[in-house]
Amino acid sequence: MIDSDDFVQALQDIGFDFFTGVPDTILGGIIAVLGERNLYTPAVREDEAVAMAAGAYLGGKIPAVLMQNSGLGNAMNVLMSLHLIYQIPCLLVISWRGFEGKDAPEHLVMGQTMTQLLETIQIPCRTLSTESVVDDLKWTAQTVMSQRVPVALLLKKGVVKTVQP
Amino acid sequence: MQSRAQAMGALLELLTDQPVIVCNGFPSREAYKIHDRVTNFYMIGSMGVTASIGLGVALTKPDKKVVIFDGDGNVLMGMGTLATVGALKPKNFIHVVFDNEVYGSTGNQPTYSRWVRLDQVAKSSGYVNVERVWEREDIIYEFKDMLTKDGPSFLLIKINEQIEDADRIPLEPQEMTRRFKAALE
Repeated sequence: MIDSDDFVQALQDIGFDFFTGVPDTILGGIIAVLGERNLYTPAVREDEAVAMAAGAYLGGKIPAVLMQNSGLGNAMNVLMSLHLIYQIPCLLVISWRGFEGKDAPEHLVMGQTMTQLLETIQIPCRTLSTESVVDDLKWTAQTVMSQRVPVALLLKKGVVKTVQP
Repeated sequence: MQSRAQAMGALLELLTDQPVIVCNGFPSREAYKIHDRVTNFYMIGSMGVTASIGLGVALTKPDKKVVIFDGDGNVLMGMGTLATVGALKPKNFIHVVFDNEVYGSTGNQPTYSRWVRLDQVAKSSGYVNVERVWEREDIIYEFKDMLTKDGPSFLLIKINEQIEDADRIPLEPQEMTRRFKAALE
């Protein structure tokens, strides 16, 4: 399992310096570390979070947004009618609720269709794995900055250490 | 009561190099027509997140007063952001809402702002300076005051429904990004 501290440090090392989002249990450890480092600005909705990230990019930062995949639904219109047409880059760290159908009912449809949705709106994505974490993050940073688009990094349960529950 | 174009024109005249985020629909077209500036960022889509974009700019550029030109429909769509701004209290945040009580860009369907006092919502959310104005001289007086005060500030300008004859903005969206970002550096 990847340590939350190491994950946040790796994101900072590759240049991300503005973090916002809406919590999920899978993301709890990462958000706690970001909070300790005074790097995290909580948002109330995921569309607000990605728009705030866009503003931070305009102000000179390289932003990352944390959300669970239900929030991707909330953020979709802003990603499509702001980031993707204005060429505003942003890392989306998305926790994969409903992976392989093993979750509460509200997560099942998004869990099953998320990667297709991302592909349909042409947001590049990769699933973080413990074995290839360095490679995954390097690819993420390169894709975000070279293509100037939102890029999704998908986090399954148990890949990055989290807090209770 | 002023038209939005009249009120907007009066405010733009008072600005120097402050970044301005303008909401989608006719407000952006009008701002482009009245007084285009490199530090104007025009939204063409993503309704509801004008203040969120402005907040991102304000948090990363604390030395610049960031001005948001918003509408009542936009504020109602993203009303949670009033809480985010009120809680974070960015001192350099001036939220101007041109309130015509209708969705003017789609045929004047009524919004709820004729029944819901958006200025009171902002006040309850924690905005520091909150004013509601109708007349040109008050609009100018309060906006000038907000430019010198610590915010976040909220200026609700009650306007009429008149729309300026203004074309779509000819700039490509990615060009607006490049230009605005470069102007803030």
